[in-house]
Amino acid sequence: MKATLKANAVWLGVMILGFVAIDTAELVGVVNPFIENMLVTIGINVILATGLNLIIGFSGQFSLGHAGFMAVGAYATGIITQSIATPLGFYLSMMVGIVVAIIAALIVGMPTLRLRGDYLAIATMGAAEIIRILINNLKITNGAAGLFNIPALASWTTVYTLMCVTTIVTVNFIHSRGGRAVMAIREDEIAAEAMGINTTRWKLAAFVFGAATAAIGGSLHAAYIQTIAPNDFNIMASIAILIIVVLGGVGSITGTFVAAIVLGVLDTILQNFGTLRMIIYSLALILIMIFKPTGLLGNWELSFKRLNHHKEASAHE
Amino acid sequence: MSNRLLDAQHLVKNFGGLTAVADVSVHFDQNELVGLIGPNGAGKTTLFNLLTGVTPISSGAITLATDQGVQTLNGQRPAQIAQAGLSRTFQNIRLFKDLTVLDNVRIAMTNHYHETFFGSVFRTPAFYRTEAAMTVAAQKLLAIFDLTAIADQPAKNLPYGIQRRLEIVRALATKPKLLFLDEPAAGMNPEETADLTRLIRQIQQDFHITVVLIEHDMSLVMNVVERLYVLEHGALLATGTPTEIQQNPAVIKAYLGDEASC
Repeated sequence: MKATLKANAVWLGVMILGFVAIDTAELVGVVNPFIENMLVTIGINVILATGLNLIIGFSGQFSLGHAGFMAVGAYATGIITQSIATPLGFYLSMMVGIVVAIIAALIVGMPTLRLRGDYLAIATMGAAEIIRILINNLKITNGAAGLFNIPALASWTTVYTLMCVTTIVTVNFIHSRGGRAVMAIREDEIAAEAMGINTTRWKLAAFVFGAATAAIGGSLHAAYIQTIAPNDFNIMASIAILIIVVLGGVGSITGTFVAAIVLGVLDTILQNFGTLRMIIYSLALILIMIFKPTGLLGNWELSFKRLNHHKEASAHE
Repeated sequence: MSNRLLDAQHLVKNFGGLTAVADVSVHFDQNELVGLIGPNGAGKTTLFNLLTGVTPISSGAITLATDQGVQTLNGQRPAQIAQAGLSRTFQNIRLFKDLTVLDNVRIAMTNHYHETFFGSVFRTPAFYRTEAAMTVAAQKLLAIFDLTAIADQPAKNLPYGIQRRLEIVRALATKPKLLFLDEPAAGMNPEETADLTRLIRQIQQDFHITVVLIEHDMSLVMNVVERLYVLEHGALLATGTPTEIQQNPAVIKAYLGDEASC
């Protein structure tokens, strides 16, 4: 209990330190709008990829439709904040986005989570396409042209705070009864079922949870970038999130952070290379996958509790 | 009849044209230790899978009579059957390999300790209380079976014999009324088998549960069980006490072949 408290205090310290560091950099003028854009993209990608990692890495279900749920959040914010352009309106729109994403995930998940592996990937991909095409053809979403002039209600501080909150919530879920049930399903579905775990229910829980965080990411995206179009949420967007998860290590939240940062920075640096950018980017991905097939961190997690434990153990020797 | 726990009547399982289990009726009483033997391919594991719901039955009826009343188990999902009080181990060990020994046991306790979603995500005091109670219960169980020292090891790192033991502990953590052990002594040396024999007796006595085991190791079977079912070609060949079975001509024929044909 004491060890948990200590580790939590260290994590809080890390989060505050990160905030102060970016804030100071901003004040000093190191962070230009270009860099800030990179930081915000990284933050949003962390939120999206953490949710997807919960689905893929922890519950072992292969989903290719994450961008669909992101679109739900983005359009909820885009539509609602155009009438209520206040921070309150923004958070309200985020809530609406989450609720709609949860409902969509339930509708998609209930029949498809009985499928496994490739089938599930194709079914979720199809579901995301349906969401995209719906948005493309509705009046309220302004069709293929998308929404623009969305009020700028999310700054980097909003993104940073929500990134911390969603990460804490996700990690807390993983380290609870639900998270263990979900991991048991990944390890061995038949054994989990034989231990009395309702596998369909827990798979659905992880899927819905991931969809809800994707909606948060989408809301932030809409309120920061201020322009959204249906094509921002196509299959390539889903794959981009998947790349972060796989590159960081399937089943490692720390890895998701590392991969989101590495790819975010890489992407920004490569802006100067023009058309060569995509080639270098792909090459980097291929090289990492050849030399580190389990991702940068595998399923390793940074844990201050464990670090403390080691320190105390070596102090006793 | 009063202490009848599980009653399976006329179970049939067809895989396409193959009848793996043909009209088998078995019953298990409270706090009984029953063995299930038979040559390879006799349908022993299939019968376990039918009773625990892993494979659905083609026809037949399974009823469980407990203090809470009588319930029908056929057609239920394995998770529901497990919650009703039937737990099992697997012939080819199915542990949660990448998770720790402690987590393997805690997962099996999922249905006995209720944590709300809100509580676990926002770490309410109630969450910490439940989590602590669950961990203490799991550690207590691990201590009984000498697994405390390795509680934080991933299950895949354990030696074979310990993995088998952990699988039994995990099954017990679901608080079963009836425990099915599928070849618990497979791959064990005589010393480990002797340990296991003691362990199975201890489980049945301390936890007051019914234990049913499939086993090829006759020293183990004849030592521990009170009653035996013999299966051959998916049908029930004989039933009785170990001594009766050892003298049953049909069983001898099934295992050793016909005298005349030798």
